[in-house]
Amino acid sequence: MADKSTIERLKDQACEMRKNMLKLCHVGATHIGGDLSAADILTVLFHYAMKYDPKNPKWEGRDRFILSKGHAAGALYTSLAMAGYFELDYLFNNYRKLDSPFGEHPSDKVPGVEIPTGSLGHGLSISTGIALAARLNKKNHRVFALLGDGESQEGMVWEAAMAARHYKLGNLVAFIDRNGLSLDGETEKLMRLEPLADKWKAFGWNVMVIDGHSIEQIVNAIDNLPPVDSDTPTVIIAKTVKGKGVSCMENDVNWHAGSIDAALLEKCCAELDEARKRERGE
Amino acid sequence: MAQETFQLFKLIEKISAREVYGKKLAEIGSVDDRIVVLTADLMRSNKTIDFMKAHPERFFNTGIAEQNMMGIAAGLALEGKIPFVSTMATFATMRACEQVRTDICYPKLKVRIVATHGGLTTGAGPTHYGQEDMAIMRSLPNMTVIAPGDPNQIGKVIEASINWEGPMYIRIGRGGEPVVYKEDYAYQIGKSITVKEGKDITLIATGAIVFHALAAAEKLAKDGIQARVIDMHTIKPIDREAIIKAAKETGAIVTGEDHNIIGGLGTAVAEVLAEERISCKFKRLGIPDVFGVYGEPDDLYHKYGYDSEGIYSSAKSLLS
Ligand SMILES: Cc1ncc(C[n+]2csc(CCOP(=O)(O)OP(=O)(O)O)c2C)c(N)n1
Repeated sequence: MADKSTIERLKDQACEMRKNMLKLCHVGATHIGGDLSAADILTVLFHYAMKYDPKNPKWEGRDRFILSKGHAAGALYTSLAMAGYFELDYLFNNYRKLDSPFGEHPSDKVPGVEIPTGSLGHGLSISTGIALAARLNKKNHRVFALLGDGESQEGMVWEAAMAARHYKLGNLVAFIDRNGLSLDGETEKLMRLEPLADKWKAFGWNVMVIDGHSIEQIVNAIDNLPPVDSDTPTVIIAKTVKGKGVSCMENDVNWHAGSIDAALLEKCCAELDEARKRERGE
Repeated sequence: MAQETFQLFKLIEKISAREVYGKKLAEIGSVDDRIVVLTADLMRSNKTIDFMKAHPERFFNTGIAEQNMMGIAAGLALEGKIPFVSTMATFATMRACEQVRTDICYPKLKVRIVATHGGLTTGAGPTHYGQEDMAIMRSLPNMTVIAPGDPNQIGKVIEASINWEGPMYIRIGRGGEPVVYKEDYAYQIGKSITVKEGKDITLIATGAIVFHALAAAEKLAKDGIQARVIDMHTIKPIDREAIIKAAKETGAIVTGEDHNIIGGLGTAVAEVLAEERISCKFKRLGIPDVFGVYGEPDDLYHKYGYDSEGIYSSAKSLLS
């Protein structure tokens, strides 16, 4: 279990990351709602769980990360920048420009991005292939994938779920960003997903259900993953809030995607700082 | 129908084809209860939400599941419904390609796929570019393929589609396309529209590029070149006569489309010319067989040479 100072550091980083996502959203439109809901998960992945070398993005021993919900590119770019793959300013100065490596969906022109994503449903199959290759190569890194809950309506997700268990890929970990919303509205009203945990259990996966905004719970889930060489892939259903941390965006599909002006940016960042201060008891 | 073009740059009115589509669909849904509408978590984007509000019992939002949606549409059509199915061009034609081909085109079902975000209009990268959609759809037997020449034309296409047999693929952009037609006109599936007469060269365009072709024609006119401009809204079945006539009367053809250079409008025109044994000056403009980079659509059209400037300079060099 991580010590208290690690947890505090991660919380600071999550706050910083949200502010960076918002800055990017001021540069140009991002999928800010789904970026914010994934911020705590990505913070723990990039600053606690995964091993990687930003100076050598293709290092063989790295843990792989696949952003299956590719529209949350802003979350991935800010994670990679804060992990040291490139400067934040490089991102801010180039986002959405003509010929830029940084567009609304990630491409592998960005150091640290394994494969372009953005068409929903593909990521778990790709992750299954990467995990299978690790088995063939007798390597002990893990493969982490992040999926949207709306994305889980795609049939391909369930084909991959079947395959990963069949091939006994205990080196595969999927996070579901269970914020309850997709683009049009509530997943349960559009096309019901529940009972989601039972579905994954029925597919033979090791299932954890956590609060996706509790750094402690995310860290705890990582600490309790089955060994890499186990037979069972793990899915972590992380209950989250779309737009988390910015009150005017929370739980509102109108903030699925969009951009913000300077005044709103300032207001959002102040709200995040204020909340973090309160949390620290300052 | 001839069109006064010199007013183009004075007042460029932009309308969203998606808005026009949403309204028209809700409207015809009231007079024809065979119409059902399906979308895959994009009703707020493609404006089928208008139909959902007007006719909730005939509206199905399948969640993010395009293949399932196409299959359901096939089943509905088999039982006499007229499904309008909408998602982004890339997902409609590639994710759900086999369902479209085998379940809809093969049994020749009356399904209307209205795909948004055709070409590079999202600017959001290859995952969201519909840059091969027309080539794929054109190669499917029984399929009719249409890209309306301006944002209002989608309304006419939807009306005409009710009495058209077999499956249709209708592709529009992201929104904010310039208006080409300032007055009313007759629309017929499969019959191109000559929006500007000319004798020196013919610019054949489809979708949002019709506007750019007109703008190019206006620039060419300043150089004393009379360019004919054809709105080839129907890519399949293509208006062979208009192509033959253009080649014979003007001797030079430039095609323009927001689509890969392979398999779309340019290819379709070339096929007609070759089979008719017509030799003329000929140039295809479109995405030069690459995955489009990120950027705003207008910048991308410019980069790849099929905006008004690109069409203008290609026409000039073709004639020189
Ligand atoms: C195959 C496919 N269909 C549709 C889309 C358009 N789209 C982008 S994001 C989105 C909603 C995603 O919802 P969810 O997976 O729950 O993500 P989150 O709410 O976390 O942003 C949709 C429908 C897409 N990118 N890919």
